[in-house]
Amino acid sequence: MTDEPKPTRARRSPLALVTERVVEVLIHVSGFSAILFVFGIFFFVFKEGAPFLSKLDWMQFLFSSEWIPTSSVQPKYGAWALIVGTMSVTVLGMLIAVPFGLGAAVFVSEFCTGRLKETLKIVIELLAAIPSVVWGFIGLKVMSPLIISVFQVPVGVNLFNAAILLALMSVPIMVSIGEDALKAVPDTYREAALALGATRWQTIYRVLIPAGRNGLLAAVLLGVGRAIGETMAVLMATGHAVKIPHSIFDPVRTLTATIAAELGETSQGSPHYQVLFLIGVLLFSITFVVNLAADLIVKGVRRQ
Amino acid sequence: MASNPKVSVRDLRTWYGPKQVHRGFSFDVMPHEILGVIGPAQSGKTTLLRAINRTLEFTAGSRMTGEILVDGDDVHQVDDVYGLRRKIGMVAPLPVGLPLSIYDNVAFAPRAAGMNGRSNLDHLVERCLRQAALWEEVKDRLDSLGTKLSGGQQQRLTIARALSHSPEILCLDEFSIAIDPVTTMRIEDVLKELRREMTIILVTNLVQQARRLADRTLFLWNGEMVEIGATEVIFGDSPKDRRTADYVNGIFG
Repeated sequence: MTDEPKPTRARRSPLALVTERVVEVLIHVSGFSAILFVFGIFFFVFKEGAPFLSKLDWMQFLFSSEWIPTSSVQPKYGAWALIVGTMSVTVLGMLIAVPFGLGAAVFVSEFCTGRLKETLKIVIELLAAIPSVVWGFIGLKVMSPLIISVFQVPVGVNLFNAAILLALMSVPIMVSIGEDALKAVPDTYREAALALGATRWQTIYRVLIPAGRNGLLAAVLLGVGRAIGETMAVLMATGHAVKIPHSIFDPVRTLTATIAAELGETSQGSPHYQVLFLIGVLLFSITFVVNLAADLIVKGVRRQ
Repeated sequence: MASNPKVSVRDLRTWYGPKQVHRGFSFDVMPHEILGVIGPAQSGKTTLLRAINRTLEFTAGSRMTGEILVDGDDVHQVDDVYGLRRKIGMVAPLPVGLPLSIYDNVAFAPRAAGMNGRSNLDHLVERCLRQAALWEEVKDRLDSLGTKLSGGQQQRLTIARALSHSPEILCLDEFSIAIDPVTTMRIEDVLKELRREMTIILVTNLVQQARRLADRTLFLWNGEMVEIGATEVIFGDSPKDRRTADYVNGIFG
């Protein structure tokens, strides 16, 4: 009888164990870095604006629409018109974008097959890749004359123009994320609903949309985030006038566009400079509140 | 025969892309009978059911030739495919609880067909859940999610759901995979009751289940219908085809 080699269990090399450990640490680091970056950004924006906090008239900042930061006699920092500008452009933009975005997501996910689906997805992703300054250009040179001639209004760069641009910019994101959300709904749900004699439309609104609602809400939120933060296109297409709009054809000015337009003109450390950073903090707070609210809504829906 | 067949399958051939599933066969299902369909995996049992209620066409690349008649009407010629599907109750092998409450799961099909009125629906939901032997377990929590039930309960929920649109034909696709034997026996008793109201096509991997329930049994093998006949014959000493005898006696392999 010869010595048969004993069957040995496969063993990891010591190097593999080290690699495992390193990868684990790296994953932790990248996870925590996200938190670190958010706080970092908030801290640095806040730091630039902070010295002015004690001198700032909060009532004026939040509720006055007099924005006269460059006056040498009596500068006024009322951001109310800017807040209203950002809000109105975002809300109007989303009123246009959400039905189109979610509708397109349903269409691509549920009604398209094969080549049409692939083509549409590529085109939509292409739409998402258009730089915002190009959108602004379209707003100035294409949309503006169109709005003037169609609606018989004196100025074409206004709230409506910018809202349409924002809608066009956020629809592609909503479509891609929304389509992913619907794709994640198991096919068995579709087949079960259809086998019960539901029509396609009944299947979509009674089963698929409830089943994919978290993803669809995320899709809408990403669109909202994009709209609130958008700067260049709204700078070019809103008309950039500090006033409370009374119709959708009035020009407005947004928080973001104000920072972009004025920061280069201010001297570092001046009150104007610091107020612009406080506007940055305000923007940050708005997006934070929007995200938080959405998070709570999703949790509330889930608990039901 | 005295009455017209409830379902007639004529020279059925189906494909998923280039892969052929059914290789051409015909049979009838008579009203109020339980037809057992047995055969190994990949023999085309599920696809047969999907062809009957026309859900096969949702799979990209699927194709079928031949005819399937329900009450004498070609399923591909009917004007109202949704009405056709409501005529057929379908129970899938793994339970698919829709992400709705227990109540809404059962009320889904009646609502889709336009039924409303709380008392009508309440009545219907209770009847279906009772028939599926689930009522006692869920009557106090009809508003909780159907997907939170255990596997066996979910399967009975899908049976209740399939009964909710008062189908004339009930197709069960290996319904007992996720259910314990005791519950299986309870549902089998329910099926024996139901055949007074409807025609039942029972696809099953458990040959003994076909033996217990079916009036006639169809043996599918590799997309071919090896044999169809009275259950006593199929499970008897001398079915026509040797493969049938081998399969039902567990010699097949």
